[in-house]
Amino acid sequence: MNDLDFPILSAIVLLPAAAAAVVALLPKNRPDVIRLVGFLAALAVGVLTVVLAFAFDAGDAAYQFVSQHNWIEDLGVSWIVGVDGISLFLVVLTGVLFPIALIGPKVHRDVKSYTAWMLVLEAGCLGSFLSLDLFVFFLFFEVTLVPMYFIIGGWGYDNRVYASIKFFLYTLFGSAFMLVGMLALVYLSAKGKPVTFDVRELAERGTLAESTARWLFLAFTAAFAVKIPLFPVHTWLPDAHTEAPTAGSVILAGVLLKLGTYGILRFAVTLFPAAAVDLAPLLLTLATIGIIYGALVATVQKDLKRLVAYSSVAHLGFIVLGTFALTNQGVAGGVLQMVNHGLSTGALFLLVGMIYERRHTRQISELNGLQKSMPVMAAVFTVVMLSSVGLPGLNGFVGEFLILIGTFITHRWWAVVATAGVILAALYLLWAYQRVFHGTPTGDNVGLPDMTWRERAVMAPLVVLIVFLGVYPKPVLDRINPSVEALVSRIEKATDHRQPAVATRHEVDGE
Amino acid sequence: MLDNAFLIPLLPLLGFCVLVAAGKRAGEPAAGWIGASAVGASFLFTLVAFFELLGREQGARSVGDHLFTWIEVGGFRVDAGLLLDPLSITMALFVTGVGFLIHVYSIGYMHGDERFSKFFVYLNLFVFSMLMLILGDSLLLTFLGWEGVGACSYLLISFWFERESAASAGKKAFVVNRIGDFGFMIAMFLCFATFGTLQYAGIIEGAEGAPHTTVTAIALLLFVGACGKSAQLPLFVWLPDAMEGPTPVSALIHAATMVTAGVYLMARAAPLLALTPDVGTTIAIVGAATALFAATIACAQDDIKRVLAYSTISQLGYMFLAVGSGAYVAAIFHMVTHAFFKALLFLGAGSVIHGLHDEQDMKRMGALKKWMPVTSATFVIGWLAIAGVPPFAGFWSKDDILLNAYEKSPALWAVGLLTALLTAYYMSRQVFLVFWGEERWRKAPVADKLELTEPEPVGDQAAVAVAPALMGPGDQVATGHGDHAAVADGHPAAGHGAHGREPHESPWLMTGPLVVLAVLSVVAGFVNLPFGSWARLEHWLEPVFEESLHHVDATSSTKLTLALVAIAAAGAGLAFAYATFMKAKRVDAYEPAILKRAWGIDAIYAAVIVTPGRALSAFLAYVVDAKVIDGVVNSLGTLVRGGGGVLRKVQTGYVRNYALGVAFGATLLLGWVVVRSGGV
Repeated sequence: MNDLDFPILSAIVLLPAAAAAVVALLPKNRPDVIRLVGFLAALAVGVLTVVLAFAFDAGDAAYQFVSQHNWIEDLGVSWIVGVDGISLFLVVLTGVLFPIALIGPKVHRDVKSYTAWMLVLEAGCLGSFLSLDLFVFFLFFEVTLVPMYFIIGGWGYDNRVYASIKFFLYTLFGSAFMLVGMLALVYLSAKGKPVTFDVRELAERGTLAESTARWLFLAFTAAFAVKIPLFPVHTWLPDAHTEAPTAGSVILAGVLLKLGTYGILRFAVTLFPAAAVDLAPLLLTLATIGIIYGALVATVQKDLKRLVAYSSVAHLGFIVLGTFALTNQGVAGGVLQMVNHGLSTGALFLLVGMIYERRHTRQISELNGLQKSMPVMAAVFTVVMLSSVGLPGLNGFVGEFLILIGTFITHRWWAVVATAGVILAALYLLWAYQRVFHGTPTGDNVGLPDMTWRERAVMAPLVVLIVFLGVYPKPVLDRINPSVEALVSRIEKATDHRQPAVATRHEVDGE
Repeated sequence: MLDNAFLIPLLPLLGFCVLVAAGKRAGEPAAGWIGASAVGASFLFTLVAFFELLGREQGARSVGDHLFTWIEVGGFRVDAGLLLDPLSITMALFVTGVGFLIHVYSIGYMHGDERFSKFFVYLNLFVFSMLMLILGDSLLLTFLGWEGVGACSYLLISFWFERESAASAGKKAFVVNRIGDFGFMIAMFLCFATFGTLQYAGIIEGAEGAPHTTVTAIALLLFVGACGKSAQLPLFVWLPDAMEGPTPVSALIHAATMVTAGVYLMARAAPLLALTPDVGTTIAIVGAATALFAATIACAQDDIKRVLAYSTISQLGYMFLAVGSGAYVAAIFHMVTHAFFKALLFLGAGSVIHGLHDEQDMKRMGALKKWMPVTSATFVIGWLAIAGVPPFAGFWSKDDILLNAYEKSPALWAVGLLTALLTAYYMSRQVFLVFWGEERWRKAPVADKLELTEPEPVGDQAAVAVAPALMGPGDQVATGHGDHAAVADGHPAAGHGAHGREPHESPWLMTGPLVVLAVLSVVAGFVNLPFGSWARLEHWLEPVFEESLHHVDATSSTKLTLALVAIAAAGAGLAFAYATFMKAKRVDAYEPAILKRAWGIDAIYAAVIVTPGRALSAFLAYVVDAKVIDGVVNSLGTLVRGGGGVLRKVQTGYVRNYALGVAFGATLLLGWVVVRSGGV
């Protein structure tokens, strides 16, 4: 059904890059024009991604809208972009979050560089999600580091230099492993065949020895584990989140972390299925520890942004858990949860940013009774919080429940422990809400202005999506499912892993 | 109508949406009427559905209504579908019926509150969630409603969020309930793993062929969930604190409807319980123990609402005792009568609090029957109903439970009987303290009341200024902050005193629902009299439970003897309270401090779970995360920086240098890997 007569995916990747170039040419002293151009470009990309979602053929498990151009022929590097059910909604999420992040929070200095970096970042994220060439993916994956480094370092808070360098080095350190793994994989897969970085081709070759595949899997996973971040390589995240400007946090949590979970699914699991099955218990264990550990540590945080950052460690743990359950429900739930987490945590960071703009503090102990003067903000915060807690009827529940039920049928006890994390999520978020919004306001917390119409407009799409995906996730799941089912059955063909019969659709059914 | 049954939950949802969009503009009292009429209309539709089901043959009274597919991945599929059968319709009838009355009452009670319309937003959302819980045709839809009512309960308990205690109570309710939800969720996972579905029909169908241990585990885990929602041992601690919410909320959510959800869930799981008698016994024991335990605490509470809260826990214990004895009809029967008389008692208590200008301490009440004739007359009916005096409703349903418990085990029966005695005692104590005796509210406020001063609630001035047409004469001082004088364990926390003001009867918007509920508390027992064809409720509900249902085979004389003993116990409790509170001065020895503190369970939880949990979290955050994990990371960073310095002598440590270093290392690693695997 690729009936769009222009290369929509290439357009999606290149448009923000081109817009960044345009912004770079605009005069520095017209910040309003720059913001408008940046926003409109991001909005156009957002519209394209939504068009893509509608044009996407829900019945097709394979890559769609593929376009391919040779680039460095000697090395087998090509520009290949394509989208399937696993990447589709991450692309849409990126398309939706960027315009919101660009127009939502205020920018206090150098709007031009900021906007340009944000657009470069968007191009990097979209390129990562859409590239089917391992080499090009790696380039995009690394490219995202640079703008984020400058955004944290340039527009962040007090401790931004430490945080940005930590973020950069940590991730780069992980990437080194992937670089090695990637080159080794391509070299070893090339025996007697042309050299290629095409993921689809590499996944089919399967000439690796078992132990080699395991090492390569670990190399890829190491890079992605840092990005996710998986316990115990998560400590860059709280610093980066806390020091980043609001838009930086929104994109970091909403999109960049997903590069890790997406990468694991698309590359580590797809390219090395046997190793993924063998090492699943290790990753399930790390994910489960992350869920409990992130939640417990979040309960004693004093800084609102740090609290949300640790909640991300817990939530991303759920996504990894579902991925390595290697069942239809677990993996699909994980993919859906990537989107859900992007929406709800993105929204949380925006809200915390709005509070900061009013109070110039993120210290929970300095805030109280905000609901009194900001009932609308409190209501929006409540909805987002309940989504993050996993209340049925809102988006977070659907993904979380699918992950847990999908994990339970293959790895029962991991799922049971992870479910305890659901209790803890209520603990830290409700505690924070009580401290910040409940009580009688005192001092500077009295008489704060409620959300402006602009702020409401910024939050509205997120709240609508949070409710919609909770009530009617079917259109999204219908598009995710075929690709996930194809992936899981591919793993089953390559290994002795079998998901239980209840996980698969029964052809002869009553209704 | 059965095809349009989705209207039953949809109407309160629409009410919610309308109120979210326009509630504030509609203002008072229009917002209240919007909310009330949505629930009222839902009640009418339920009534129509009820009669349609009644018109069908007994075997054809279970109708499914598929709406749309909610979640589907591979073999996991959950539809938004409704299940209409005698059980769900019975529940829906009293939820919407009592819900409507409480909405109307709230229009009077919440008068003058600055967040008047928001109250009805939450209330309508609650009714919708409760109806989804009841009408959902699968465990997951029930769970949707289950969590929805939990969230509404959280929002409504902390409705007056300015008060720290209210905010804490809301959070506590949510978190404690989540512990129960943990059980519920694992039970669902097990059901899917075993039966491949979460639909009730599929689970019941497959239960017989499933391994015994699995069924046992599912039943027990569901019961854990039920213990949370229905405030049974050991998860009851949230319910007394939930009294921080406005009184209509206590009546609707924390007495009549939401807290019975656990009983409903166990009734739905009846076919599983039938296969696992041990689980039934466990439930019966927990229920009986909770009933007695909570009743002892109720005997020593001074807060008018806390007495009722512990009483609710105790009565829910009775219902679980019935469920555990296989007496599902008795459990539902008691649930219905309890919904009437406990809603009546709570609303009556609200009327008293309202009339006494936010006084909740029974020590400062008394002789109110002269000042509040309608409230006191209806409250007396509620009292006789819960105390088990024939022919009021509570007598019949409690008698039914005790009879079934007797056949399960005389020991359980004895515990139930003792509870009945205590129930009659503490309720009589309450009635005598509040409506009879001296006019203690005339006395000046006790000194400790002045310690905590709070600004006068806004509602007061607003009420005086607005002077609405709906209010009765002498009601100008009505306030929306009826529960403002929060009392924890008998110690007043805040509030403005009754000093210098006379009590007054509440407006008809509040007394009207009281009268209706009083009538129902008198007559509701007649839906299920223990005489052959008079057992209408039993005939109606029987097809739902079929062979899971325990049938009483006691002789008429045994039945009569047990009934007489129960009446004697109620009489004894009543007489003892009369002797203590009408004849003599109150005896403090009957009310030891340990009972006032509810056996110190909260303190134990704090010492055993909360404090160590906090310490562990702090240790993880400040030692493990900050020192150990991040310490390793930072020292690695320092090491790299040191190495870089040696290599390049003076360059400042900029990012590109690190990048270079990492790339260099990567190349080395790559070479090693290639050589190694190439050589094999």
